[in-house]
Amino acid sequence: MFKMTPNVIRNLLHKKATRLYPRLIRPAFENVRGALFNDVAQCTFCGVCAVKCPSQCIAVDKKAGIWIYDPFACVFCGICADICPAESLHQQSEYRLPLAGRETITLKGEPKQKIEKTTQIPEEENDDSKD
Amino acid sequence: MLKTIIPFGPQHPVLPEPLHLKLTVEDEIITDVFPALGFVHRGLENLVNIRDFQQMIQVIERVCGICSMLHAMCFCQGIEEMMGVEVPPRAKFLRIIWSELHRMQSHLLWLGLFADSFGFESLFMQFWKIREKLLDINEATTGNRVIISVNVIGGVRRDLSGEQLRSMLSDISWIEDEMGLLETTLLSDYTVKKRTVGKGVLSKEKAFELGVVGPTARASGIAQDMRMLGYSALGQLDFEPVVGTDGDCYARSKVRFQEVRQSINLVRQAIAKIPEGEIRIKIKGRPAGETVTRVEQPRGELFYYIKANGSKNLERLRIRTPTFANIPALLSILPGMWLSDVPVVVLSIDPCISCTER
Amino acid sequence: MRHDVTCVSLEALVGEVAKIKVQGYRFVTLSCVERDEDTFDIFYHFDKNLMLKHFKLSVSKGVPVPSLSPVYFAAFLVENEIQDLFGIAFEKLAFDYERTFYLDEEVRATPFCRFTVAKAARNE
Repeated sequence: MFKMTPNVIRNLLHKKATRLYPRLIRPAFENVRGALFNDVAQCTFCGVCAVKCPSQCIAVDKKAGIWIYDPFACVFCGICADICPAESLHQQSEYRLPLAGRETITLKGEPKQKIEKTTQIPEEENDDSKD
Repeated sequence: MLKTIIPFGPQHPVLPEPLHLKLTVEDEIITDVFPALGFVHRGLENLVNIRDFQQMIQVIERVCGICSMLHAMCFCQGIEEMMGVEVPPRAKFLRIIWSELHRMQSHLLWLGLFADSFGFESLFMQFWKIREKLLDINEATTGNRVIISVNVIGGVRRDLSGEQLRSMLSDISWIEDEMGLLETTLLSDYTVKKRTVGKGVLSKEKAFELGVVGPTARASGIAQDMRMLGYSALGQLDFEPVVGTDGDCYARSKVRFQEVRQSINLVRQAIAKIPEGEIRIKIKGRPAGETVTRVEQPRGELFYYIKANGSKNLERLRIRTPTFANIPALLSILPGMWLSDVPVVVLSIDPCISCTER
Repeated sequence: MRHDVTCVSLEALVGEVAKIKVQGYRFVTLSCVERDEDTFDIFYHFDKNLMLKHFKLSVSKGVPVPSLSPVYFAAFLVENEIQDLFGIAFEKLAFDYERTFYLDEEVRATPFCRFTVAKAARNE
């Protein structure tokens, strides 16, 4: 019986091994590969992200200035964010929240010109954005 | 004596992935085993026709969900050898650090499942508590918990700052202390020994003849570890393979436990010796030729055969994972055992079926 | 290629492999590559003391290949896989799954061949 006594005392005096979620939420680490975000004001619609994407979830229309992204096909590898020459693609630290239906994110901007007006910047629960 | 055929799997609480065995049982003793695979066959090797050789890295990481970084490392090493690209030294050391952390994480997962297979659930929870610390290190340094996606052709994508290395060292010391607390529970407990000693014995000659690899072979006395090849930065680190002698389930779990300690040692050496420099070089051109690469995965020897012909897509990619080589060993150790020992023995070869039937 | 590759013929295959086994080589695996419309290349890989040795066998489509399972029992798994995916027939397999190892029974085409003709229905 006394073999367990050091264990019992250690367990009583130590702090808990589990975190009391959802009362206490650990903040996300800095470099986490979370949801993809495109700052369409900086985007030049060059199309490199669409070519390099391993799961082919991005489509870019250069003439009309449209960037279409399927967040459900994306594997969040971050290759597009690494090679974007205009540095408009970033990955946030929070993961994409669950959505009720399958949706694509469509962004419209002005290709290769000074941007005076852009359409919706995506929040995480974005739906098919209109013009 | 009447024979009964009992299906083991494909869904079983002890198996991480689906594997089907038809056991012919006579009076609780097994006389015959017939395996059946094919439940998670995705045909990933054929994707080389559609995805070019750089996009294939992300596909290959997803062949296995436990040891994904080593698949990507083997593929990148093969393509780099074909193209004659020399990876910078800092990238080699970074790859070794992450791959040894990956190995520790995989062995801890297995140790937890092994304890669960004979009902010791609290030990299962303790091993996975230690594993959570490793996954936190992965998430803080690379961005993801298991499929860490740091390998590219020509180096690695992320760097480790001095502060991250120091915090990694202190986390590893915590892991070492916790493993020390669990050692007597796993290896000297009376009930654990009763369930594992003498079960599923694989002799050294039989293991060699069947082509068994990894900790399953090393527990039977064959001192072969692909890390002795000295790929990547391993040539500059001190390394000795961990070998057992008995060849039963107890020896296999002991070998894996000591390998966690050995990986801790390797990570400490790598952090002490890591040089400064760049982490990635630009590659030009496309691969052409044929090559064979091997890497030590947590489960054994991983074998890649890559054939390319100078175009954007590879011509053929052949992956042989270690569980593929260990399954014939099951057919020789299971006959003659009690039916109630089957889950412990099947788990002791560390079956990773999604690797096997990519 | 700096690897040690030896070409063998169909008849000499099992004899060469038996000699290798006596020398103490461990069986690693087989790889199958579809070279062109009517040839396959099958590579046999063996290992001793971390040094690899390869045999290369070129077969035409439709020619049965002798199996290695009398010599190395562990070869039956990978030969069944090649049978399923490439349509090569192996003789004297220890366990023959008859093309149901990975594929379902009603699948007739060979998935990994680029130039392929659907195989004739198996006689049950």
